[in-house]
Amino acid sequence: MTSTLSRRWIQKLPFYVVLVGLCMVVMMPFFWMLLSSLKTNQQLFSLPVRWWVWPLHFDNYTHALSLIPFWAQLRNTVMLSGLTVLGNVLSGSFVAYGLSKVDWAGRRFLFGVLIATMLLPGVVTFVPTYLIFRNLGWLNTYLPLIVPTFLGSPYYIFLFRQFFLTIPESVSEAARVDGASELRIFTNVIVPLSGPAFSAVAVLSFVQAWTEYIGPLIYLNVPSQWTLSLGLSAFLNRYSAEWNLMMAAAVVFTVPLVVIFFIGNKYFMRGISFNTDIG
Amino acid sequence: MHHTELGRVAVQSRPASTFLTLKQRKNLWGILFVSPWIVGLVGLVLYPMALSLYYSFTNYDVVGSYQFIGLGNYQQMLVDPTFRQSLYNTLYLVVFMVPVSLVASLAYALLLNLPLFGQRLFRTLLYLPQMVPTVAGALLWMWIFNPEYGLINTVLGWFHIVGPLWLNSISWSKPSIVLMNLWGTGGAAIIFLAGLRGVSPSLIEAAKIDGANLWQRFWHITLPALSPLLLFNAVMGILSAMQYFTQAFVMGGGDSGGSVGLGNSLEFAMVYLYQVAFQDMRMGYASAMGWVLFLIMLILISILLVASSKWVYYEGWKRS
Repeated sequence: MTSTLSRRWIQKLPFYVVLVGLCMVVMMPFFWMLLSSLKTNQQLFSLPVRWWVWPLHFDNYTHALSLIPFWAQLRNTVMLSGLTVLGNVLSGSFVAYGLSKVDWAGRRFLFGVLIATMLLPGVVTFVPTYLIFRNLGWLNTYLPLIVPTFLGSPYYIFLFRQFFLTIPESVSEAARVDGASELRIFTNVIVPLSGPAFSAVAVLSFVQAWTEYIGPLIYLNVPSQWTLSLGLSAFLNRYSAEWNLMMAAAVVFTVPLVVIFFIGNKYFMRGISFNTDIG
Repeated sequence: MHHTELGRVAVQSRPASTFLTLKQRKNLWGILFVSPWIVGLVGLVLYPMALSLYYSFTNYDVVGSYQFIGLGNYQQMLVDPTFRQSLYNTLYLVVFMVPVSLVASLAYALLLNLPLFGQRLFRTLLYLPQMVPTVAGALLWMWIFNPEYGLINTVLGWFHIVGPLWLNSISWSKPSIVLMNLWGTGGAAIIFLAGLRGVSPSLIEAAKIDGANLWQRFWHITLPALSPLLLFNAVMGILSAMQYFTQAFVMGGGDSGGSVGLGNSLEFAMVYLYQVAFQDMRMGYASAMGWVLFLIMLILISILLVASSKWVYYEGWKRS
């Protein structure tokens, strides 16, 4: 008995070695980022590279945050990400209901269109969309970044639809028998049953909005409106030799997403693996 | 059946519905629910596409009046050295980054699917790079790639290897991008991992009994079962490689205009399109470039789809 157990262990050992090694390699850049953010600039640019320093220079963080208008940019980013989540969750679930639970004539055709737009590259629409928003007088406002999310993003509509299809038809049919309208079935029956789908879309679209770069770059030209992505890249242009400060700013920018990831881990995994049904 | 009959009676007995049949009511509800997306589809996809096609035949530059110049923009692309360079750079990513990332993410998924203790932790750690905001990641890797004080060349130094200049070298800057992207390969791995859960264990067990070794089991059972996802990830990979932007723009200093990366080596198609549109304000030319890039993507993906009928295996797979 013990001999077969240990034989199994020996068979598995190489895989453990590979996985642990891989994780260490993948974690190295994180360690490098933290370490660099706690060194003085002089320590950064001296050889041999030091893998530990004392004292740790936490003042890099306060210094970095005072150089970029960090709190204003954090507020802008949080506001933009929050509204993006709201827009995607509302429009995504609403539209998905019409594409999965209402049995109507255009459903199949429009689902095909949805898949096609999921694959449609933004490279064609990106310039004219800018011109349209420009004509509307929406430059240097958050509207071009927020309004589209309330009109539904194909990917999130798709995720909601895939989830709604797993809810048995008999559940909504029972409500229909009781005379409930489709709107009521959506708000009172389907939405309460779809917590995991809402969480998955919320975390995925929050991360997307938090890291978004090209949209804010095009539409927001006033520094007071900037998000952290824009602030950080401007920081690079102005203080390009101060890697300790840049790494400190990068850490502060990254930490909220890592926290969200550890809290909502299972929703990420679920959200990403929903789309395996696409076939 | 019984329930639907009852439902029909209940619905039809309501006064508001006397004008509409059940079918018409359903259609109205359907239209109501999809209407926000239809507005977006027309206003933010179809109309912009038509507008873009129209502008691609003009010399529109936002400020002045503009003329039709026929195929002028398209002819310009043929002789524009920066456009040719950007196309070469972009196809480099398609040819190298996409296959390398596919193989790596497949390998990740196979490792993470083994019945080992602690897989949840491994999976979480390997996915973590996806959580680093794009710009923060670009800054981090610029510092990692620093030839003298950076992480990579320091580690290479332990093995007495003198590392290359990475981003400061025309020939190494694109491989640097491929390497950096490999760090975030955990995302595609999760998709493969979900697919691996669907591979029937009894089939694997049967093959084991028949004496198939690990490689044979992978090649004849696991890989065919994963082939639809391989196709999906390949299509997604091509789309994102063809539109590669943020990291190159930040690391190559696209903000300042002019060369992106040393000797334009990081001037990818999307970066050049951005510069033409928003730094030079040549909207007509940028629109034409958008259509040419779109066409190239369509061709690449069509080739992939046609070829896939030979290797993608759909049996037992839900097709929606």
